[in-house]
Amino acid sequence: MSRTIMVVDDSSTTRSLVASHLLESGDYDIVEAASGFEALKVLPAGKVDLIITDINMPDINGLELISFVRENPIYRHIPTIIITTEDSEEDRKRGMELGAMEYIVKPFTAEEIRGAVGRVLK
Amino acid sequence: MAGKKEKSAYAEFVIEAEELLESMGDRLTALEKDAEEGNVDPGMVNDFFRSMHTLKGLSGMLGLKNVSDLSHGLENLMDMLRMGKIDFRHGAMDALFSGVEILSRLVARVGAAGSEEGIDISAELRRIRQAMEEKAEGDRDVTLENVGLDQRILETLTEYEEHRLLDNLRRNNSLYRVEAHFPFASFDRELHEISEKLRSQGEIISTLPSSDESSPETISFDLVVGSAKTRKQIARSLGKRKGVTLHAVECGGTPPPAAAPASREPPERAAAEAGYESMTLKSLSQTVRVDIRKLDNLMNIVGELVINRTSISQISQELLVLRGFTGLAVDLSKGARNLERNLRQLQQAVIGSRMVPIGQVFSRLNRVVRKLSQDFGKKVELTVHGEETELDKLMVEDLADPLLHLVRNSFDHGLEAPAERKKLGKPEVGSIELRAEQRGNHIIIEIEDDGRGIDVEKIRKIAVDKGLLEEGHSADEQSVLNFLFLPAFSTKEKASQMSGRGVGLDVVKTNVARLGGMIDVETELGVGTRLTITLPITLAIIQALLVEVGDEHFAIPLNSILESNRIYKGQIKTVEKREVIHLRDRTLPLLRLADIFRIGGSRAANSDKLYVVVVGLAEKRLGLVVDSLQGQQEVVIKSLGEVFEGVTGVAGATELGDKKAILVLDVGALIEEATHGS
Repeated sequence: MSRTIMVVDDSSTTRSLVASHLLESGDYDIVEAASGFEALKVLPAGKVDLIITDINMPDINGLELISFVRENPIYRHIPTIIITTEDSEEDRKRGMELGAMEYIVKPFTAEEIRGAVGRVLK
Repeated sequence: MAGKKEKSAYAEFVIEAEELLESMGDRLTALEKDAEEGNVDPGMVNDFFRSMHTLKGLSGMLGLKNVSDLSHGLENLMDMLRMGKIDFRHGAMDALFSGVEILSRLVARVGAAGSEEGIDISAELRRIRQAMEEKAEGDRDVTLENVGLDQRILETLTEYEEHRLLDNLRRNNSLYRVEAHFPFASFDRELHEISEKLRSQGEIISTLPSSDESSPETISFDLVVGSAKTRKQIARSLGKRKGVTLHAVECGGTPPPAAAPASREPPERAAAEAGYESMTLKSLSQTVRVDIRKLDNLMNIVGELVINRTSISQISQELLVLRGFTGLAVDLSKGARNLERNLRQLQQAVIGSRMVPIGQVFSRLNRVVRKLSQDFGKKVELTVHGEETELDKLMVEDLADPLLHLVRNSFDHGLEAPAERKKLGKPEVGSIELRAEQRGNHIIIEIEDDGRGIDVEKIRKIAVDKGLLEEGHSADEQSVLNFLFLPAFSTKEKASQMSGRGVGLDVVKTNVARLGGMIDVETELGVGTRLTITLPITLAIIQALLVEVGDEHFAIPLNSILESNRIYKGQIKTVEKREVIHLRDRTLPLLRLADIFRIGGSRAANSDKLYVVVVGLAEKRLGLVVDSLQGQQEVVIKSLGEVFEGVTGVAGATELGDKKAILVLDVGALIEEATHGS
């Protein structure tokens, strides 16, 4: 059974890059959300096995999304991976403290994405 | 050396990079002024940072190392500035100004030479490093330690948000927490509403969502707001809302602004800042750059939808006929009509998105004329009217060359040299006027000069010499001028024998005709010449009248149809071996489509009554004789490809709802055929 991964990023380029790397393997279904808002809207719509999220997004940022997921008993089990840029070490640290399982640094390779997802969903 | 592919990627990059750098340059000046007044707008700094970040990303992808390294350095500098780690001092401002300047030079060089070699950035990088060492005095005086915010809120702040929170404290702003509980179904709209209200009062620093096990139908948010306003003011702006509570946040020893009216921050400042924040959000949605091919694709899809809509309308009509006005048949017809209306709106919106002002081309022409004027010592003033007139983007591009040709013609051959003009009593400075205006579904473009004009008699003579005109033929001036557009008249030596006109006019005419347009020329010897180009606004989707000739169907673009009439055979007269009728005091030449396309079995050939569709472009009229009229329809014109390129009178093909392909007539070419072909 393929697993569903939600990709949250306000950059459509990044979303489709992540999605295409993961879709190639054929093991995953991808749900995209262009903001933290959209992620909140879409979450209850179906079973999500993993969330990959950007941190710096307007309105609801990635840290707030991770915190929401962790605090909610329905979603608490969903693991999270964060995407950051090399310069935002502090934000990355905060994300990991909040319970993100892995982080990926932009620009990333297909192997890095698949590797991180594979480790988290093994 | 850059390959072809890199070159086109570079071209895209240069356009985008120049835009970014220009807007950054504009912001820098404002930033310097604000910094001197100690009043820097965090939204503007953040914008600048993002622009630099984008530039770094773009140049990195193309392997433009210097642009990428320098923009990375400046991005880091901006990051420290926006985080308050360093101040806007001379060092930082100087590094930003000269960095942006060097980046512009690098980008220009990439545009011109396809490489960034020859510009050294090491001095810039040094300057940036030095600026980054000038530590700020700020952050230490305030901490988040005693701020009365929940740990959960504090741990989800990004580094930037944390800095914004501290900065608000440092400026003695108050902090507020807005607690909001919304039904899940409508939370996005309601949250958006209160966010807008709060932004008018201050800065939203954080928006933390949470949900409660006991009520899964609702979702809650904690918004942290920094503002110079009092609690009362904010509460008033929020108004009474169900599920929304406003709390003042203990700021750890900082007296609330109500007790300390001597806030360093005037209220207008906070409002301006809030305005800026909403502005940055808005600017995202105001303009997007879209590849024209995407719009083409969209247009094609709309085109297919138009075809499908037509079949649905046809089915709906048949069903009405079969079933009468009952139940499903009426519902379907209603649905089909709604679909039609929505589709028309969609179509207009898509066409609208392709429209660009013709001024883009006009300004290019202006530069050409200025250069020509310098190079050849002829004084010319180019005046432009109606540059805001909009036209399909692709058409504007295709028009650029023909217009350039015509303007060059006016300059080279129309306008006299200054000395000659003086002798003739004309002003020394020659004039070329460009005018564009929309008339209905057409765009009219005029190029008018006050030069020597065209000697019609000379052209008449050449036409006779070339055997294009019989000696003593009474062709009117307009017909004679039309010879100018024939290829035979257009070679350079021939052109110089006549009064100088005619260079490549046949090419211009072909290009204009390809765009579905016509070109007319009016001239007065010694006074000047005016060329008028008439074009449809867009080529892609048109309203057409469907007509039948024999067993064949044709589509005639509705925007060139003036009227359709039923006439008696007896009204047709023959003048100079051509069929004409008199209609409203005008002699109207007739053209039988059956003859032009050699269609047998046309009923019009023998019938007593026939249909005439009167078409016109610019000042010319023609009656097309057809068997019957089949009604109006929207059609999507598709090219017939190279094989049919030489076929006169056909603009393309279209598909009808029943998937049958029919030809779309090229009215301009048919008029041409009827008035010239003998």
